[in-house]
Amino acid sequence: MSANGGPATAGPYEHDAIRAESISKRFGPTLALDNVSFAVEKGELFGFIGPDGAGKTTLFRILVSLLVPDAGRASVLGLDVVSDYRALRQRVGYMPGRFSLYPDLSVHENLTFFASVFGTTIEREYEQIKPIYSQLESFKDRRAAALSGGMKQKLALCCALVHRPDILLLDEPTTGVDAVSRREFWDLLGRLKHGGLTTVVSTPYMDEATRCDRIALVHRGRLRGVDTPEAIVQAFERPLFGVRANDRYRALLALRKYEHAHSAYPFGDVIHYTDDRIGAPVDAIAGDVSTFLSASGFSDISVEPLTPTVEDSFIARTEDAA
Amino acid sequence: MTDLAIAVKDLTRKFGDFTAVERITFDVNAGEVFGFLGANGAGKTTAIRMLIGLLTPTSGTARVAGHDVYAESEAIKRSIGYMSQRFSLYEDLTPRENIRLYGGIYGLRLAQIRERTDRMLTRLGLAQVADQPVSSLPLGWRQKLAFSVALVHEPRIVFLDEPTSGVDPVTRRQFWELIYEAASRGTTVLVSTHYMDEAEYCDRISIMVAGRIAALGPPSELKRQHGVASIDELFVRLARPGDQTGGTGLLRPVKADDR
Repeated sequence: MSANGGPATAGPYEHDAIRAESISKRFGPTLALDNVSFAVEKGELFGFIGPDGAGKTTLFRILVSLLVPDAGRASVLGLDVVSDYRALRQRVGYMPGRFSLYPDLSVHENLTFFASVFGTTIEREYEQIKPIYSQLESFKDRRAAALSGGMKQKLALCCALVHRPDILLLDEPTTGVDAVSRREFWDLLGRLKHGGLTTVVSTPYMDEATRCDRIALVHRGRLRGVDTPEAIVQAFERPLFGVRANDRYRALLALRKYEHAHSAYPFGDVIHYTDDRIGAPVDAIAGDVSTFLSASGFSDISVEPLTPTVEDSFIARTEDAA
Repeated sequence: MTDLAIAVKDLTRKFGDFTAVERITFDVNAGEVFGFLGANGAGKTTAIRMLIGLLTPTSGTARVAGHDVYAESEAIKRSIGYMSQRFSLYEDLTPRENIRLYGGIYGLRLAQIRERTDRMLTRLGLAQVADQPVSSLPLGWRQKLAFSVALVHEPRIVFLDEPTSGVDPVTRRQFWELIYEAASRGTTVLVSTHYMDEAEYCDRISIMVAGRIAALGPPSELKRQHGVASIDELFVRLARPGDQTGGTGLLRPVKADDR
């Protein structure tokens, strides 16, 4: 599963839907992408996870041939993103991050328009878009501008699918959308994956990583790991604990001053605390931390070993660069 | 009861036939961090706009920082700070200029502005970059500055509208520490967010569904009451009561084998 680094074998595209080798892109003083390499397999649901400004959008724009990289090369469905861009554009479905449908056209008009641009019709492609379009049909005469955030995203997805693409690239489809609509959207992507469609998604929401087969963590133009979410989490090496005490904010500040502390962050209803004693028995560390807090005057203390999340891993892999 | 930062009773706002906010009732205590949650379109923004004096309610009562939302909206605007997810700072201006601009808008005297600017820049560790354009600063620094600028006139209450959208996890957590710090100095914080883990950082939360408040209380208590492991789970349960897709099952949470 080593998708990152290493020279590319010049194989045909039977296995890789996307292959990117050492891509870099600079905008003035900003290095937006720094030597990025990865491969996406056919049929995969692949996620780029990272905050705003990490380089996700630049990468997507290069993959769909809207931007030319300064260095490196990439192919999508075996087609080079620079030299074969005409053929490529016929076969990718792309949903840009900013809502880019026509706000003054209705749901039905937007979809009709995008179908006609690709020389097809809604009727001909109905089976392909039905699982999503069926949720929009009762609003089909509503102007796109008047749709809710979640509905807009579904319409944009429909428009990206209407020409039956062989690969789907969705740039931050769930940003700014509420937690419930986000969940629904990922359910739809799960369905498309079942149908065999290769799908590449970017998101700033770390909790969405577990919906993907494999993920790449993106931070400041570089990939900080490409693997399954499970493997990313397993590679977390420091002992991690969930700590509770009566005054959370003060406990957080106190923990950071503890001699063996590596980091302490608020995380949901607990503090995630990592200790620098790698390999030491977990129970002993938990006991020490608890003793330290109670000696510091805290009460209602609990210190439980935790399984790290993708977000813990992201923090661990980026904090040295922070 | 004078210690209430926000007191809302039966607050309602209609747009034509549509009731965007329907008889919501809640209080926020002074110094509390209050999470204001709800799906897109649930009425959060309408409610917040009424509380900050930008929209007149149709009925009901609300007092913010002791001022009536009908009669004293100007006094409310002076008593609160506001930070939205995107537009808060002028990117072509430097940190010093931004602070001066907002201080001036809030009617601080020049001497006051000068003194607070220095204190603020030192405390934030931004003294070195005080005279560089904001656009050249990392996002995390800009955010800290935006938050401090929202507090420049030392308001009793600060409203934060999705302040951490799209921000990296470390910066997001550092931002929450600023919130805690402000709250520990007595500032009341009302914050809206799409990150459900952030809901758990709040002293109390409300969850709006279709214009009404469907849940209100400390996160731990709400989880216990509803028998759920996380606020995320509670949010999904409340925001979509029953499956509205007519049996296609598209709205149900994904199962492990669905991937």
